[in-house]
Amino acid sequence: MTATKDIKVGDRLPEREFTPTNVSLFFYNAAIWNAHRIHYDEKYTTGVEGHPGVVIDGPLQGDWLCQAVVEWMGEDGELVEFEYSNRKACYLGDTLTSGGVVKAIDSERGEVTLEIFVADAEGNVTSPGGAVVRFKN
Amino acid sequence: MTTLITPEIRKWIGHSEAVGRIEVTRRDIVKYAVATEQRLDKYKRGDEAPPMFLFGAVRAIAPLDELGPDGLPKQTLLPDLPLKRVMAGGTKTKYHRPVKPGDVLVGTYTLTDIYEKQGSSGPLIFVVYKLEIETESGEPIVEETQTRIVR
Repeated sequence: MTATKDIKVGDRLPEREFTPTNVSLFFYNAAIWNAHRIHYDEKYTTGVEGHPGVVIDGPLQGDWLCQAVVEWMGEDGELVEFEYSNRKACYLGDTLTSGGVVKAIDSERGEVTLEIFVADAEGNVTSPGGAVVRFKN
Repeated sequence: MTTLITPEIRKWIGHSEAVGRIEVTRRDIVKYAVATEQRLDKYKRGDEAPPMFLFGAVRAIAPLDELGPDGLPKQTLLPDLPLKRVMAGGTKTKYHRPVKPGDVLVGTYTLTDIYEKQGSSGPLIFVVYKLEIETESGEPIVEETQTRIVR
């Protein structure tokens, strides 16, 4: 991936699966310094906050959206803008898939607009997002 | 429509809090990279922080006795609202340059807007924040708009 001329609207970003575990969620919440009990205390999560299981952090899904972009753009790209939101809660045991598609190309500015997603096993988008990447040439 | 947003609540618009001073270390970046399953070498080695690293880096570190029963610190930049359940809405970030080990970051978190909308299952209050992060020497790093939905 070196220039916008090699990119076409409709190009798909490579998809990737994530299946977080108790250990990976623990590390994530430790790394971001988050003690919200819905991410590690199952009894509290189901009993007090009424979720069916331990909740996968929304911003962790945001990071996976970001990874779909930075892995696709390579060293010649620069992430200019990134947005996402969390639409549906996901739980420990779920396998989620990240991916995206090229929506627009501005070859003058060297900028590519992407639509990105994290989806559950049924194909429901749990976290939609978007990004603008700028290429050097 | 009767408004849930009183003049007292509206007064919070424009309030801000300082963020930082955050000394970014390679070790913190590597921990974040492992936890989020990064695959690019620059992140795994900690040469550069993944873009979303900042989300965790700017979080407040509160003493244990200031955490609620849910494990979360009290929100300080949030007015007392007639609705109570706070959910993360969307986040939109402009990146000026990647964060590297050794960067010292400072910033400001500002409550920029509060408005209400009628949702399908009742009223919703939207609280909008702007987060601006720069290096201690004044080089811009990110500008971010965050929305919280209260129902």
